Amino acid sequence: MAAPLAEPRVKVPERARIGEPFTIKTLLRHPMDSGHRIGEDDRLIPRLIINRFIATFENEFVFSAIIEPSIAANPYFEFTVRLERSGRFRFLWIEDGGASIAVERSIIVA
Amino acid sequence: MLMSQRSPHPSSALPSITRRRFARWLGLAPAVTLSSVPSIGAARPRVVIVGGGAGGASTARLLARDGGDRLDITLVEPSGTYTTCFQSNLYLGGYRTLGSLQHDYRRLATEHGVRVVQDRVTHIDRDRRLVALANGEADDGTRNSTLGYDRLVVAPGIELLHDSLPGHSAALAEIAPHAWQGAQQLALLKSRLDALGNGDHVIIVAPPNPYRCPPGPYERASMIARLFQRRGLTDSRITLLDTKTAYSKQALFEASWRRHYPGTIEWLPPDVHGGILSIDATRGMVETDLDTFQGQLLNLIPAQRAGAIAQDAALADASGFCPIDPGTMRSTLDPAISVLGDACIAGDMPKSAFAANSQARVVAANLLGELLDRPVPTARYGNICWSQIADDDSIKVGGGYASSGNRIASSSAFISERTDDASTREANVGEAQAWYRSITTEMFGGTS
Repeated sequence: MAAPLAEPRVKVPERARIGEPFTIKTLLRHPMDSGHRIGEDDRLIPRLIINRFIATFENEFVFSAIIEPSIAANPYFEFTVRLERSGRFRFLWIEDGGASIAVERSIIVA
Repeated sequence: MLMSQRSPHPSSALPSITRRRFARWLGLAPAVTLSSVPSIGAARPRVVIVGGGAGGASTARLLARDGGDRLDITLVEPSGTYTTCFQSNLYLGGYRTLGSLQHDYRRLATEHGVRVVQDRVTHIDRDRRLVALANGEADDGTRNSTLGYDRLVVAPGIELLHDSLPGHSAALAEIAPHAWQGAQQLALLKSRLDALGNGDHVIIVAPPNPYRCPPGPYERASMIARLFQRRGLTDSRITLLDTKTAYSKQALFEASWRRHYPGTIEWLPPDVHGGILSIDATRGMVETDLDTFQGQLLNLIPAQRAGAIAQDAALADASGFCPIDPGTMRSTLDPAISVLGDACIAGDMPKSAFAANSQARVVAANLLGELLDRPVPTARYGNICWSQIADDDSIKVGGGYASSGNRIASSSAFISERTDDASTREANVGEAQAWYRSITTEMFGGTS
């Protein structure tokens, strides 16, 4: 049985200047079981990974990643964004089997 | 021989003659029994011990037991009452009283003939073999602010590096206690814990290696969770922000937390929180690279190094701790000085009271060898650290150690198993209690 997904950690600045790049950092705690590891009961631990990460801003695509089993636990993404207006980011993580978790962050751009 | 007529309790039998002056008087007699001491002179060799914790007090007691009538032993310790850091988490969890952690040095003086000087060493003059005292008072009432030594034992414990946490300071420890040394800090943390309400959040910042009591922060989280449970604070949480990516007995702690305190304790290593950027103790805030944490109580345990006097005497190296010869515990920087306990670099041994007490045996044996020509056994060390997690659940890790190359290296090791049955874990609780009685007896005298 899969445990509920952990609360993601996301760092977005509260404010940014128009047209000036800034950094977003995201991390989700997740074991990223590849399906090749042997558990304490000597059996293979079934594959269970976060396979997709998507960042959007006001429903516009910003960044996304297709994640494979060789990615280590606690997948971390850092990327740079440039905005012309204030609005809201949405960050979405999708696990094998379809479970997902999302968080939103607002930013003032002036 | 004169010496054999000595009363077993010299300081009570001879209240007006101090041990040192008694020795000086003896020194006038021809051919007294000290001829076996090479190059030290006629008086009894003077051993001064700086620090009355697990390392220093154990050394004093062992030297007194095995060479007391032929050595002049002085223990210098600033506090009259010693509060053990070991098992202090059990006070936070409600298993011990503060008083049960406190001990004084009276028996060491009255029953074991150790001269106990309640004072602070401000300086060590290694060339002249003198220690300077903050206050200083001789037996006859005159001010005497130095003590000479033939051999010095330095056991000052740790100094906390508050600045290692950005935005933190010693003064702010009154708001965000460390409770990692001293009774005042411990009582402060306990009173703050007892004042928490349901839903309040405790943030513990755990220090980087090396530090005193490696499993301590995690035992502390367990004890706070236990306190929440006992007080019915079902919505309260503990976040452990770590500066390390792994810690002692981790898998055992995590399994026991899931069993006893599900959802109460969250441990976040730096690769998850991103590293601590700043701390605002007054607002209860810790900002990390990936998040900002806020709690009603911050327990900030900073990075550590050897106690201040070891730094002042240049007995520490760039690591902040004191290099020693692994076979003798003698400082590699001064052969007249031994350093033990949390202040020394003990290789694979953790910084624990058990370890310090074990090192005291090696220090005492080597001093008795050097000063009194006693046979010196090969150094062997041991350690066990128990961590209590719940009423009937204590886990342990330990091992044996020996000199290997130029360091103290592990020679055997054991650790509790995930598959331990309940009676094994319960027996560990009793074992830890028995060890506490035994080590405090070895440090302070009396019967356990």
